[in-house]
Amino acid sequence: MSEFLDMGGYGAYVWPCFALAVAVLAWNVQAARRLHAGAREQAMRRAATRSGR
Amino acid sequence: MNWTWLHKLASPPHAYGIAGRLTPWFGWPAGALIVAGLYGGLVLAPPDYQQGDAFRIVYVHAPSAWLSMLVYGTMAVAAAIGLVWRIKLAHAAAAAAAPIGASFTALALATGAIWGKPMWGTWWVWDARLTSELILLFLYAGVMALRASIDDRDRADRAAAVLAIVGIVNLPIIHYSVYWWNTLHQPATLSKLGKPSMAGDMLWPLLVMLLGFTLYFGAVLLVRLRAEILRRERDAGWLRTGLAQ
Repeated sequence: MSEFLDMGGYGAYVWPCFALAVAVLAWNVQAARRLHAGAREQAMRRAATRSGR
Repeated sequence: MNWTWLHKLASPPHAYGIAGRLTPWFGWPAGALIVAGLYGGLVLAPPDYQQGDAFRIVYVHAPSAWLSMLVYGTMAVAAAIGLVWRIKLAHAAAAAAAPIGASFTALALATGAIWGKPMWGTWWVWDARLTSELILLFLYAGVMALRASIDDRDRADRAAAVLAIVGIVNLPIIHYSVYWWNTLHQPATLSKLGKPSMAGDMLWPLLVMLLGFTLYFGAVLLVRLRAEILRRERDAGWLRTGLAQ
């Protein structure tokens, strides 16, 4: 296991790259979902206030 | 030629529904492929005879560099469609693509710098490949900033579209930079002509990651596109009934 983490001496370079990649992948999913949920909530609120008029 | 079918397909309520139904068809295969590619790249692939285990960075560096260009191309084509046929959905797609592309350009630059340190002895050189990729990041930033700086949505769409289209000249420069100029950067691992410069057990995780990242982009773009449609259509009648389900 520690051999795997060591990556032949390049662990300090390999793992940050994979960590950054996972972070960017996760951020994109999270940001897109948050945007959509926010826009949806806002649109529904506007629709509710207009139909309540 | 009659374009009414296109306008119907591109009508916001229609597109909103289709985008929602399509998202899982991109998202789940993308997730499975990326997990498989990570396992293949980190565990199954043998170390490189020259670069040792440092070469494994290619499994995240190359797919993010690929996306940085694919997303830009998608954004520019969508922008051009929006300009020429005045299809608002295309502008919405271009707006949705920009932040995704910017994030993967930044990732390609960062992983490239981290890879460069042990292999080249430096984080950064001002050579053609690295500089043109950095310009790509500035182009994304410019398109996003320009769009954000103009209040009128139609004018913002058109201005951002023109910049995105002009910036497309950078894509062939990035691609061919390693052949046109002397560089530290290694040439492409995969090319249309000729055999890939990689053994099969190293190659398949890379192909799986490339496909996984591409599908992943499709999924994220569709979700962002839906958000963009909602923002642009906030006063339209269909939202009242369309959002109920």
